[in-house]
Amino acid sequence: MKLVYFAWVRERIGKPYEDVDLPAHVTTVTELLSWLRSRGEEYEHALQHPKIIRVAIDQEHVGHDEPIAGAREIALFPPMTGG
Amino acid sequence: MSGAVRPVVRIQADDFDTASEIAALTTGRSDIGAVVTFSGLCRDEAGRLAALELEHYPGMAEAEIGRIAAEAAERWPLQGVTVIHRYGRIKPGDNIVLVVTASTHRQAAFEAASFLMDYLKSRAPFWKKEHGVDGSEGGWVDAKEADDEAAARWRR
Repeated sequence: MKLVYFAWVRERIGKPYEDVDLPAHVTTVTELLSWLRSRGEEYEHALQHPKIIRVAIDQEHVGHDEPIAGAREIALFPPMTGG
Repeated sequence: MSGAVRPVVRIQADDFDTASEIAALTTGRSDIGAVVTFSGLCRDEAGRLAALELEHYPGMAEAEIGRIAAEAAERWPLQGVTVIHRYGRIKPGDNIVLVVTASTHRQAAFEAASFLMDYLKSRAPFWKKEHGVDGSEGGWVDAKEADDEAAARWRR
């Protein structure tokens, strides 16, 4: 599974993207966020307020209840500030 | 009429020219009665800011703005819609975003342009970082709750 990060999520985690092997019990966005937080203090720092993290699966916005089965690319990022 | 218009969406580092984007929608046709343009520019925040750096999610930025533009074309009778969003380092006074809507009458063009900007603000994957005139790298700009509320008023 490819994970991509943007803005301060990217800066805090310290990389723009990575490939991860997810444990079988990680099936939703919420579970993905809590699993990532357990991977080290940089992840904990980036995702300490998981509710504000926005998520896209295969380049479409999704909610935190969304199942992640079949996803090719999951992006995590802060609320957007374009326009 | 709805669905007939094909939105023009461009994500680019380069500046754009508003007059030529209007001309691209209107040249050679006589059925358009109203063109609305919105330009978003970089402010200097009372002299504090040297530049904004805009990060974006390549691929999704085009796709998401395309979805928003398609929704605008479905909700209002538009004869043309163009959205251009820049990324990279942008100096105060320079352009960031352009929305152009063309319709038979003004109301559809005004409303669609307003809808597009409200949705872009809260759904297009761009993030602004500030660079100060003192050479400091400022923080990431915080999303405003008012922008989410502005988008929410268009919900059906």
